[in-house]
Amino acid sequence: MVLVICFVLLGLCMLTSLAFGSRMVGLHDVIDGLFHPAADSYEANVVRKRISRTVFSLLCGAALGVSGALMQAVTRNPIADPSILGVNTGASLFVVCGIAFLNISTANQYIWLALAGAAITALFVFGIGSLGRSGATPIKLVLAGAATSAALSSLVMAIMIPRSYVMDQFRFWQVGSVGSANWDNISTFTPFLLIGILVAIFSAPALNALALGDDVATGLGVRTGTLRLIAALGAVLLCGSATALAGPIGFVGLLSTHVMRLILGPDLRFVIPMSALSGAIILTVSDVLGRLIGSPGELEVGVVTAFIGAPILILLTMKLKVRSL
Amino acid sequence: MKNESVGFIRAGRRQRRRRWIFVTGSLAALSFILCCAMLLLGNTIYPVMDVIRALSGEQVQGASFAVNTIRLPRMLAGLFAGFAFGIAGNTFQTMLRNPLANPNVIGITSGSSVAAVFCIVILHTSGAVVSIASVIAGLATVILIYVLSRGKSFSIGRLILIGIGIQAMLDALVSYLLLIGAEQDLPAAFRWLTGSLNGSQMDELPPLVLSVFIFAPIIIVLGKHLSILELGEQSATSLGVNTDKTRVLLIFSSVCMISIATATTGPIAFVAFLSGPIAKRLVGAGFSNVIPAGLVGANLVLAADLIGQFAFVARYPVGIITGILGAPYLIFLLIRMNRKGEL
Repeated sequence: MVLVICFVLLGLCMLTSLAFGSRMVGLHDVIDGLFHPAADSYEANVVRKRISRTVFSLLCGAALGVSGALMQAVTRNPIADPSILGVNTGASLFVVCGIAFLNISTANQYIWLALAGAAITALFVFGIGSLGRSGATPIKLVLAGAATSAALSSLVMAIMIPRSYVMDQFRFWQVGSVGSANWDNISTFTPFLLIGILVAIFSAPALNALALGDDVATGLGVRTGTLRLIAALGAVLLCGSATALAGPIGFVGLLSTHVMRLILGPDLRFVIPMSALSGAIILTVSDVLGRLIGSPGELEVGVVTAFIGAPILILLTMKLKVRSL
Repeated sequence: MKNESVGFIRAGRRQRRRRWIFVTGSLAALSFILCCAMLLLGNTIYPVMDVIRALSGEQVQGASFAVNTIRLPRMLAGLFAGFAFGIAGNTFQTMLRNPLANPNVIGITSGSSVAAVFCIVILHTSGAVVSIASVIAGLATVILIYVLSRGKSFSIGRLILIGIGIQAMLDALVSYLLLIGAEQDLPAAFRWLTGSLNGSQMDELPPLVLSVFIFAPIIIVLGKHLSILELGEQSATSLGVNTDKTRVLLIFSSVCMISIATATTGPIAFVAFLSGPIAKRLVGAGFSNVIPAGLVGANLVLAADLIGQFAFVARYPVGIITGILGAPYLIFLLIRMNRKGEL
């Protein structure tokens, strides 16, 4: 049932993403553009231009959604998300460094840099957040993430400013945008997405056991250390590659995972695949919203997701018990 | 025996007072030097005499314009905004007994930014309206964070987390306002996202200067109570401090100062966060660090602006420099607090 609703929603947001923008296109022209290669009207061409963007935002949203679900499971912490933990900004910084100092220019090259950046940042933030006796509590992780993120985005800015002639193209490294997507990016991105999602689906049952606590999980025959490592690598793979192509987009994982958990309950075998769907929906809707409210220009999707997603962080915090902060 | 111990306490107190006077004096001297540097340095370096003559109102070829129209407002904006950020940040940190609970981290400066951007970029107003709007927005942000974080039981951790969430939303709002205001030019974006002294003008300054002269003395006078509040609610009450009244007055004064400063220079990153802890370390325990914190703030902003202008090939706005300095300190502080189990 939920699955059906999600697919209907997914279809709807694909259509709106094709139709809406600084130039509105009617349904008829959308169909023309999609299914009649011969149709050569202006609108049909606009629609074709928007296809790559739509596909990319769907894939990117799916990656961020699953990545958020994995991070929450690995850290056993409801407030975990690639952006809150600063991992996206880490990926962003590495890519910007690569472009500025190593003359890297193709998506193929900087996706690896982004992955390295994401992995190092994740280790760093988790390391700081889990110092001390009480381990990685939500507040320690969020603060470590926020501080790291602030430090890294200052560095991103500092690297970008002297190169202000390319600042317009660089701007999305600061806030995140799916506007510059093309088919090359998508084909580079897809293998990473697939591997990441497979890792997530296969580790879901074991992660369910982990949710009961390390001791119980070990008793159930789960090697917690290995599991954490693999799941974390999957999460980093997903959010790192998404950031490499779209810049740091925040709160998608937090929002999609919690909506799905609210509807489906805590079983990760369902929550993880559905987070992919809902993440795709959320990011695409946010992108459409950004185009609509920013019209005639557009508002970067990272700004929209921050505005929609941050209230979830606030709600979660209000629900947490003082002891578990 | 008794006299001995009284003498011992007195001696300690004298020593701390001497340290306080020394630290405050040195900080003030440093501010003065930095202010002079702000006036003397620039694309063209004019002779000292020319600068002094330009300041006293004489027409000096070239120097008059550069000094009076560009460098003086920039210097004053940095000095007063830094002082305001430092004092207000320190007040929050001391009162909530947590260095992380400061206007930069919990989104109060972002709230004021939203109002200021809305007034300046969208409504094209200036002067008193902007100041009042940003004060109202700052107070509203404080109240919102407080109400949301009260819940069943108040905890400072919850307040900080909610503040971070609010800040993310407010920053998104600033980006949106900049976009629909069609002010996509970089100076405006930098000013409202990280804080910058570029383009400070003389006629923007009166509200800032006025607010510092009104509210800083209030906080300084209440500074004695502030150090008692730091001991905790019960001790403060039993020592005769009207905690609620003092607290409301302190919060109101700090928010007014910091909101008007933000409306003038933008939310200069991390100055409100850094000043208090630095001042505390310099002064040591036992004496109010309100004034030192303000001076540290002013010194930070002026020094960071000088570094941003002259240390690199490109010119950086002051907020980028304070961000690069401040964020590592935040991480360092977190590491220390986590080790001690204070979070």
